[in-house]
Amino acid sequence: MEAVLSAAIGLLAASGVWLLLRPRSFQVIVGLCLLSYAVNLFIFSMGGLSVGAPAIMPRGGFVNPDAYADPVPQALVLTAIVIGFATTALFLVVMIASRGLTGTDHVDGRERSP
Amino acid sequence: MTSAADHLLVAPILIPFFAGALMLLLGGDRRRGTRTALGLASALALLAVAVALLGRAARGEPGTYLLGDWPAPFGILLVHDRLSAAMLALVAVLAIPALIQAAAGWQRQGQFFQPLFQFLLMGLNGAFLTGDLFNLFVFFEVLLAASYGLLLHGSGLPRVRAGLRYIAVNLTASLMFLIGISLVYGVTGTLNMAHLSRLVPGLAEADRLLLHLGAAFLALAFLVKAGAWPLSFWLPAAYAAAAPPVAAMFAILTKVGVYAVLRLSTLLFGTGAGASAGFGSEVLAMGGLATIGMGALGVLGSRTLAHMAGNLVLVSSGTSLAVTGFALAGAGGGVLAGGLHYLVASTLACSALFLLVGPLGRDQDGVAVAPLPTSDDDPTDTEDEAAEPQGPPMPGALAALGLCFAGSALVLAGLPPLPGFLGKLAILSALLDAEGLRLPPSLAWAFMILLLLSGLAALIGLMRVGIRVFWTSEEPPPRAWLLEVGPVAGLLAVLVLLTMGAEPVQRHMQATAAALLAMPQQTEEILLAPRAEDQP
Repeated sequence: MEAVLSAAIGLLAASGVWLLLRPRSFQVIVGLCLLSYAVNLFIFSMGGLSVGAPAIMPRGGFVNPDAYADPVPQALVLTAIVIGFATTALFLVVMIASRGLTGTDHVDGRERSP
Repeated sequence: MTSAADHLLVAPILIPFFAGALMLLLGGDRRRGTRTALGLASALALLAVAVALLGRAARGEPGTYLLGDWPAPFGILLVHDRLSAAMLALVAVLAIPALIQAAAGWQRQGQFFQPLFQFLLMGLNGAFLTGDLFNLFVFFEVLLAASYGLLLHGSGLPRVRAGLRYIAVNLTASLMFLIGISLVYGVTGTLNMAHLSRLVPGLAEADRLLLHLGAAFLALAFLVKAGAWPLSFWLPAAYAAAAPPVAAMFAILTKVGVYAVLRLSTLLFGTGAGASAGFGSEVLAMGGLATIGMGALGVLGSRTLAHMAGNLVLVSSGTSLAVTGFALAGAGGGVLAGGLHYLVASTLACSALFLLVGPLGRDQDGVAVAPLPTSDDDPTDTEDEAAEPQGPPMPGALAALGLCFAGSALVLAGLPPLPGFLGKLAILSALLDAEGLRLPPSLAWAFMILLLLSGLAALIGLMRVGIRVFWTSEEPPPRAWLLEVGPVAGLLAVLVLLTMGAEPVQRHMQATAAALLAMPQQTEEILLAPRAEDQP
């Protein structure tokens, strides 16, 4: 499971970085999205991987912490997803404004040379 | 912990939050006067709270606030010490003039200036107060989201183009921030900064490498915000494109990055950190020096006042970063104290310079920021009148503007007697006496030379602009309004006050630096912060 997850994170991050460096604004925003998926998976994996383990412990008595998943990364990743979603939406608005004002979807606002 | 005075610590976050939310509820353009009054009242209240917190911090009283009364290190907590109290005061002092100038004209360019400004203040104050790494990320995002909106305030092609880059760079930096946080959490299992600093010395060798990696990712995110070379190319263009009052407030955004670097590096890699002590000090010192150099070259090469001010921001944050690097490498509290003194003075002066761009740029093509945008109400209206300020015109505008300009220039060039000089002098004299510095002496000499040369560059650059605007201009003198020039004069008055009270200020900064470098002693108090429930 570790190998699959690391490969997925690596693939997402690599594609994200490549797209981020492309000149079209659509590619940039897709790159940012892929990169944020990679980061979110990465945060999630930092709590250790386990299958079928609940994150919330019952109240009172002795609890074996090994039988439970670490809840903190799950809370963190939830916050990160929400924030990332909001800021990406904002970025999209600016990109559409830029497209409207310049008439091109190049990130510099103009095509390189005709 | 339950008395009203203890809740003062959370007030700097709640006041702008509620003010901003209330403004959104008021809605509409008809209530602009109410919104302006609310914004100013909030900023004044913030100033009062900041002064009270500053007094508390100066008396050495520990300040922790457990949110939701969850015990540290499990809950999120707010911590205030001398450094964060000083930064809070700086935020409030910068906010009031920017708001007044915005009220004179710029806020009419769009509907949401005032609420966004309040959310920016909330994010700034939260970032300066929080004692939790992930909470720091959240407040960074709050202030960044508000700053995206504010940068675009007024719209127009230059702003959208600069905004696109600004947002792309900062979104990427935020992702780096998240990677850093999760690495640090994966290694140590905690996000509480005080708890982290206690865990670092006892880490295993394999974990230490991962922690350093996480810290490097965090530093990358902070250095993008601080505008450190080579992560700074977006900064001058973005700041120059922003509306002047917005840029005046942005002058402190780079300092949030510097603050985060300073706070985390002294906590995690201070003297008590065992094998990790001093990690990253070379990078900070050299990166700071390169930033000063690039900023100084940028000042000499700038064609507009706004670009020049943006590059001066780079010089200022580069100096602060270099000082942090040297202090981390054992240069002693004197260097750090001088650096903090300089940070406050240069931030105020940069902000004053950005505020001057408005009145100076209107009639001068040579220093115009960007074409003045069209009014929000009428998209076909392209008249410049849309941004014309209200209120009485300023008598003797040219003289007043000239005095303000000269004052900011003196501070930024570091000429006596203003506080820019005092800060630089303190850095230089402390560097000369520094013993036990773990960096090569040539680096310290390079820093001293660059510090003086950057002052010279600022002087030359600003003099060039000054001559063009005030002396050789063929056009009629710039028109200026009291509401525009008044705030700049106010900022300069604060700088003069800082000069007159230089001794207490320097004492405060020395105590701040000493406390920062001896942080591990304070962390125990933070971790043992009493809960309200346990109080009689």
